[in-house]
Amino acid sequence: MSATPTTEPDAGRDRGRMALEAFSRSWLFVFLLLLLAFFWLSTPSGTFLTSANLSQIALSTSEVVLLAIGETFVIVTAGIDLSIGGILFFAAVCGGKVMLELSGTNAQVTAGVYPHATRAVLLGIVVALAAGTFWGAINGALITRMRLPPFIVTLGTYGMTFGFGDLLSGGTYLGAPVPTSFSHNFGQGKGLGIYYPIWLALVVLIVAHVFFRYARFGRYTSAIGSNDEASRRAGIAVDRHIVKVYTLAGFLAGMAGVLDLAIYTNTTSVSHLTDNLNAISAVVLGGTSLFGGVGTVLLSAVGAFIPTVLTNGLVIKNVQPFWQEVAVGATIIFAVYLDQLRRRRGGEGR
Amino acid sequence: MTATATTPAASTSVIPTLEVRGMSKSFGSVQALIDVDFEVRDGEVMALVGDNGAGKSTLIKCIAGIHPADSGEIFFDGEPVTIHGPKDAVSLGIEVVYQDLALCDNLDVVQNMYLGREAHDQFQRLKEPVMEAKTAEVMKGLAVTTIKSIRQTVATLSGGQRQSVAVARAVLWNSRVVILDEPTAALGVAQTRQVLDLVARLAEQGLAVVLISHNLHDIFEVATRITVLRLGRSIAVYEREKTTQQEVVEAITAGTTSKVPGMARIAPEELT
Repeated sequence: MSATPTTEPDAGRDRGRMALEAFSRSWLFVFLLLLLAFFWLSTPSGTFLTSANLSQIALSTSEVVLLAIGETFVIVTAGIDLSIGGILFFAAVCGGKVMLELSGTNAQVTAGVYPHATRAVLLGIVVALAAGTFWGAINGALITRMRLPPFIVTLGTYGMTFGFGDLLSGGTYLGAPVPTSFSHNFGQGKGLGIYYPIWLALVVLIVAHVFFRYARFGRYTSAIGSNDEASRRAGIAVDRHIVKVYTLAGFLAGMAGVLDLAIYTNTTSVSHLTDNLNAISAVVLGGTSLFGGVGTVLLSAVGAFIPTVLTNGLVIKNVQPFWQEVAVGATIIFAVYLDQLRRRRGGEGR
Repeated sequence: MTATATTPAASTSVIPTLEVRGMSKSFGSVQALIDVDFEVRDGEVMALVGDNGAGKSTLIKCIAGIHPADSGEIFFDGEPVTIHGPKDAVSLGIEVVYQDLALCDNLDVVQNMYLGREAHDQFQRLKEPVMEAKTAEVMKGLAVTTIKSIRQTVATLSGGQRQSVAVARAVLWNSRVVILDEPTAALGVAQTRQVLDLVARLAEQGLAVVLISHNLHDIFEVATRITVLRLGRSIAVYEREKTTQQEVVEAITAGTTSKVPGMARIAPEELT
């Protein structure tokens, strides 16, 4: 063996990089814990850190968690999906409409009687999931077939999904709440002391994490975001995979739409206009790089909690909740700065 | 350091591992390859040289199945074969290491080695220990020892180390023919050394190696034979030990053969 001289990065710089790496992985947890501790200490006891309040926080975050999971996959391919809030709304309207149509006559439903609730709800769920999947596939197809930037495509479908949704719903709430049994048994129902929507989000999160980390699906997602040409040459069907990723994001948005109906029994476009930004914030806070190739599904879910915890705590503290937006905005800038720092350090070894 | 690693394996088989006969290829009115003959045998490093636009890359892409050739025959182990796409080339055991590397920076060495061909079980779970062990084995076999951990991301590697990963990936799949497109183009002196040693080692292990390079110094260090292309034609094959850099340079630029085509004249029947 010839002892070839090489340019190894020296140990000190290596340690610095590892420290940065460790910090960028764990700061979000620390930040969330500090937030919780801060609100716990600064609010009257028995208001913030109660199981009822924390459950409420988790319940209201469950939809964003689902959106953020899909968005993580999309952003890791170096794409972006601005339409998921619109898809959520469109799917919820479609599902809700079906539930109302099938559960009884107009008069029965407005009177709060749902003779065929179970059948109607099940079919409504299927329709909502299908609607979400459909729009996700449309996104993927437009991006890969027409070679359009994801930002533009999903900005377009963002408008279209809200537009179509409002056309279907008449621009306001659905005519009546969806069958209350759906909310009672699922959306506001608990198993083992935890709301069912939280269970659902948790299960999806774990499955998505496993697929992202330990299966080819996730490996290809990272590879494409890292170097799509290299992936193509390595024999990966890049376009097909991108379609799959956007379809997955759409499907999960459809699932979030189902949760929306289940938790709140109704839906309206106004409450979902910034869902896409919430999901993207969650992903970015979780350390997923907007440049693609690097990310974690689990931390996106942690990131999804920052805005809800802030809002909830500030309301209890009787501070104007608008500070939440200020704080989240600043935190996002910090998160992206960390990512940049890490990328710059990572490139030094060459 | 030691230049002894450049001694090519003596045992070259008589039947070429890969042989191209009379290959032509045109892009519109540009005749990129005209009746090209080319061969490489087990255990040798065949250098492919020529000026810019001589047709080196086109020839490689036709062999790798990226471009379909207009005409010509390909023989593998003496048997005629057809290559319609990259998959055909790969299944024959032909691997190309491209100039721009084609590695994913954010993935680690193992992940890059197995990119697109990951080992997995029936539940789609990736078999990381298997892939890790095999990667370590190949790296050891090629004496690539400068990479500290095969679990570090490719972004943290030096240019020579990255090139080593790309070459090792080509070897991982029991390939027979490894084609290296300008593997030392962007490297410093020490790293060039590292990669040339690696190229020599591939041939020592019995692989047929095709080395495309502009650098005659590198070529004369590791090549067994040298094929010269000029303006789309194969004009000469030299044995390294029986030629000089001067002779090869003349073949590349002006030419000592009678086959000098000057500007590529395109006969009407050659346009397809």
